[in-house]
Amino acid sequence: MNTSKATIIAQLQKEILPLQGYKSSFNHTGPDIGLGPIKYAFPNAEFPLAAVHEFIATMPEETAATGGFVAGVLAALMRKGGATIWLSANRTIFPPALVSFGIAPDKIIFVDLKKEKEILWAMEEALKCEGLAAVVGELPELSFMASRRLQLAVEKSRVTGFILRHNFRSLNTNACVTRWKITPLASQLADGMPGVGYPRWKVELLKVRNGKPGNWQVEWTSGKFRHLAALGLIIPEQHKKTG
Amino acid sequence: MQQRFVSIWFRYLKTDWFIRRKPALGAIPFVLSEPDHGRMVVSAVNQLALAQGIYIGMAVADARAIIPSLEVLDDVPGCNIKLLTGLAEWSIRYTPAVAIDPPGGLLLDVTGCAHLWGGEIDYLANINQRFNLFGYRIRTAMADTIGAAWAIARYGNEFAIAETGKQTDVLLSLPPAALRIEAATVDRLEKLGLRQISQFISIPRPSLRRRFGQDLLKRLDQAQGFEVEALEPVQPIEPYQQRLPCLDPIVTATGIEIALKRLLEGLCARLLHEQKGLRSALLKCYRVDGKIETIGIGTNRPTNNSTHIFKLFEFKLSGIEPALGIELFTLEAGKVEDASPVQEMLWKDKGGLDDTGLSELLDRIAGKIGPDQIHRYVPDEHYWPERSFKTAVTINEKTTTNWKADRQRPLQLLSKPAPIEVTAPIPDYPPMLFRYKGKLHKIIKADGPERIEQEWWLQEGLHRDYYSVEDEEGHRYWLFRSGHYDAGKSYQWFIHGFFA
Repeated sequence: MNTSKATIIAQLQKEILPLQGYKSSFNHTGPDIGLGPIKYAFPNAEFPLAAVHEFIATMPEETAATGGFVAGVLAALMRKGGATIWLSANRTIFPPALVSFGIAPDKIIFVDLKKEKEILWAMEEALKCEGLAAVVGELPELSFMASRRLQLAVEKSRVTGFILRHNFRSLNTNACVTRWKITPLASQLADGMPGVGYPRWKVELLKVRNGKPGNWQVEWTSGKFRHLAALGLIIPEQHKKTG
Repeated sequence: MQQRFVSIWFRYLKTDWFIRRKPALGAIPFVLSEPDHGRMVVSAVNQLALAQGIYIGMAVADARAIIPSLEVLDDVPGCNIKLLTGLAEWSIRYTPAVAIDPPGGLLLDVTGCAHLWGGEIDYLANINQRFNLFGYRIRTAMADTIGAAWAIARYGNEFAIAETGKQTDVLLSLPPAALRIEAATVDRLEKLGLRQISQFISIPRPSLRRRFGQDLLKRLDQAQGFEVEALEPVQPIEPYQQRLPCLDPIVTATGIEIALKRLLEGLCARLLHEQKGLRSALLKCYRVDGKIETIGIGTNRPTNNSTHIFKLFEFKLSGIEPALGIELFTLEAGKVEDASPVQEMLWKDKGGLDDTGLSELLDRIAGKIGPDQIHRYVPDEHYWPERSFKTAVTINEKTTTNWKADRQRPLQLLSKPAPIEVTAPIPDYPPMLFRYKGKLHKIIKADGPERIEQEWWLQEGLHRDYYSVEDEEGHRYWLFRSGHYDAGKSYQWFIHGFFA
């Protein structure tokens, strides 16, 4: 009796997933993003590709860290040869720096738009374009309706969307599948050598639909994400000094 | 652009053609004859016969009296037009606009063509050489006007090019017959002793008109370029244009859309058939009140996809003001290029930058927001960070050099380095503390300096000593000191970027 109930629940959960935007990729499996244990936070232990991901940042340092993490994911998505569109209002990203994250910057098309409305329109149009690997949009605000439109666009085209929100005013509910926050961590070189080491971040998955939010410490080393936990190098949380 | 014309004169068109068919004829004098008022008259002479005094229009019997062994062949009536048309079609390799000029000439509109052969001299030499290889002896000339080119080819120096604007000077020394006027007028000029154009070109126009008629003035003007003369190409260059006249004036948006769709269907069908694609198109709406409403679009790569082109126009259709109604629509493709047919794919793979979906998307963005907003970057051979990449001109421009990956670069770069206050030990150590936007950062780790020199041939100024540093919170920055350290001088530190 109990087992049959469990199977029914599992069956129902499986049916709910597609309704919530997780369309399982039938025969073609997506590229391995190389996120390691982070993937267990998602349903089916698979990084949602046909989805819109939201990243939040408040300081320029966090923006840079977010850019690094997104670039690492993008590199995996672009490995199949697709191009990426990067939409922004006032762009500060430095294209040559993307090389160290395994991306050929000439494969990215930057579109500079002035108004938020234009970015949203262009983002929706771009997400409908099946030939793209991913679309990145720098948008401070994202209303529920706008995010819903983007989600509907990606469900059809299976393009991955990233929304980078710096200097947002309010963190409203929206239809994005995940919400991430990436903060930089102090780097460390092996054997206590002096100098600045590889980029290290604290990756916080604040929200994930039907998954388990969590946080991880990750380092970007020679073109790969490396989990500090696996290396036994967890850095204790720093306590903010007051005053 | 100044128009340029080439006139080609086949001096022995028909006889050269006979020699081409029967090479043995090349060594003997021969004429072609045709019946005229019950007797045989010479209609074409080859060079050898001409040298012995036989001319066109002479009775064959008289010609036989001069050269008893003269070979007389039957002329094929109308063969010169056929021949010229064939030669004109062959000459389309030199320019798309070639016209025949009976009885024995071709006219070429070579505006903007000569540079493809390495200049006008090489161009003309190539024409001469190719026709000579066929066995046609020709005289060619190039000038700004059809009249001048015609005149110089027949009466001027062999192989002559009249420079732009100099055709009048060249014409002065030529006889009046060079003006393509009737024989009677030539005779009358001759009788008056006017044997060169220079002798009558300055006579007041009313006097010339009274004595010799309007035709002389018209030809003079045409030769000098004061009057426009048009060519009638053998293969008319059909513009990529569609017209849609409307019985009733169109005033509604739906009506305009239907009109545009119909025009696009016709144009795209033709483009598809010719394996071409358009890069720009212009829709003109002729209004009842005489005004013309115009909207245009451009594309990134040649396309003949009518739905895509319609979408590009759709953004701008609202800008058309029909007022009392539109009675005629024309759609013109301004720029047409070869388009390779799209291969139907069984498995859709991501096509990268060559993806048609991507280029159509960029067309739409450019159409709605403006083409200046779309950037793609390729690496450039500079170490100076702001100059290390340049904007690509086209979407599929290849990189000429590799991206430099040997040094870490910050992911976020300030568009202008911001000055910071710094405490730094002397002289080449990284700073210990810096203050940016009112916040004090204590530096724990640092790398550097990496000196990047100014490129003096591009810009004067101080070099930069870059340090990548990490503060106690784990944030990474890119700082630099402008210029050398000097105890007696003040020097400025800047923050330039944020590392990931």
